[in-house]
Amino acid sequence: MNPEDLRYADSHEWVRVDGDVGTIGITDHAQKQLGEIVYLELPEVGHMYDAGDEFGTVESVKAVSELNTPVSGEVVAVNKGAVGEPGIINDDPFGDGWLIKLKLSTDVEIGKLMSAEAYAEYVLEEEQGK
Amino acid sequence: MAAPAAAPTALRRTPLYELHRELGAKLIDFGGWEMPVQYAGILEEHRAVRERVGLFDVSHMGEFDVTGPDALACLQWLTPNDVGKLPDGRIHYSAFLTEKGTFVDDLLVYRKAADSYLLVVNAGNTPKDFAWASEHARGNVKIVDRSSDFALIAVQGPKAAALLSRVATPDPSDLPYYGFRDTAVCGAAALVSRTGYTGEDGFEIYCRPGDAARLFRTLLDEGRAEGAAPCGLGARDTLRLEAKMALYGNDIDDTVTALEADLGWIVKLGKGDFIGRDAIVAQKQAGVPRRLVGFEMVDRGIARHGYPAKTAAGPGLVTSGTHSPTLGKPIGLALLPAAATAVGTDFLVDIRGRDAAARVVATPFYKRS
Repeated sequence: MNPEDLRYADSHEWVRVDGDVGTIGITDHAQKQLGEIVYLELPEVGHMYDAGDEFGTVESVKAVSELNTPVSGEVVAVNKGAVGEPGIINDDPFGDGWLIKLKLSTDVEIGKLMSAEAYAEYVLEEEQGK
Repeated sequence: MAAPAAAPTALRRTPLYELHRELGAKLIDFGGWEMPVQYAGILEEHRAVRERVGLFDVSHMGEFDVTGPDALACLQWLTPNDVGKLPDGRIHYSAFLTEKGTFVDDLLVYRKAADSYLLVVNAGNTPKDFAWASEHARGNVKIVDRSSDFALIAVQGPKAAALLSRVATPDPSDLPYYGFRDTAVCGAAALVSRTGYTGEDGFEIYCRPGDAARLFRTLLDEGRAEGAAPCGLGARDTLRLEAKMALYGNDIDDTVTALEADLGWIVKLGKGDFIGRDAIVAQKQAGVPRRLVGFEMVDRGIARHGYPAKTAAGPGLVTSGTHSPTLGKPIGLALLPAAATAVGTDFLVDIRGRDAAARVVATPFYKRS
């Protein structure tokens, strides 16, 4: 299930806001679509991103996917544990499998993201569209 | 994250399609066929084949009968390997080559008798191969596309022989590597060969489409003792790559010669004339400009099919690349200028705009003990 306290992007990332810091990861649906993740590339602390920018890549055996940040800000933390053991993203996508933390540039963008309920509907529609 | 592309409609399905769905497979478009890419997960399925036994549906492969008094002479003309050396009940790896010595397809030749052969070709190439073979055939020979008459189940892994021993008569476990015979499997008429595309011991079972689902299910049930697992095309790809087996459309195609593909051993120049021979002889004399080699990454990253390579001797191309589940690191195959193909040679791969160091290594990446 998608945690109620997160906000969701249509590119299948989630954001958890704590003060002016947003933690970003990929959703359970996204990790299932990718399959077993074997490689993760993340930026260094200090990088600045605008909403929609690619901040890294995640690879399963079969496929490469871009990671896009749904919000703007400066990278203040990177999950080195997930880089070393990318399988953690499959095991715990909303917890230990987080990717980066950003110091948010604005609090406006977060309001444009989906609630857990809206995201669940979005995933359903996307699947039915196939 | 970019969303995966939606599957187009009107894909062809094998007789095992319903069973795949029941087993929870993730299905993809593979050369116009709706095939299982994975069930439990590629890494787990890969491990099942290396350590126990895996079952694959490869019914999409194409099969041709080649029969008639001139069947042997015709196949000697159509294919580069020496069919004259093949005894009854044995198989060899071969190809259809173009006049340029490049691949129309790679294939297996099964000799049933001097005047009767079975060819097994790649799924996506079946119509092209059939047209090509029919057009180039010589003498009193009949070539028939039998693809829709066969389902094909691959049983692969160190425990494959133990599993088939219990359900197949006569027991296939005494078949030599690349040998075959008619065998009843779970009571169904089948042709069983000791072949595969995984680098492990294993068998391939050619059966009637109507028997395939029951066979697959029974093998899975019977194979519980061995830890049998259904495996998809994802694991098939990582397994074949570790064994350095070429994949048509990735590593070889009609732009790559047999010599460039490091498959000179299937080209028997002494056997007489065959299509592509002149070009192969000419390339042998002139020198082979590039070769397919195995590599490992030195820098982080996975080099994948189509990524450009840069060597001290000029540009090259990654033809296959993945994370090797057995080795736990990225591996791949690349076509590199001949001067850059010695084991230990370093080169760069352009991974989506970033130059990452790679090194030519000895292959196969994995060899069963």
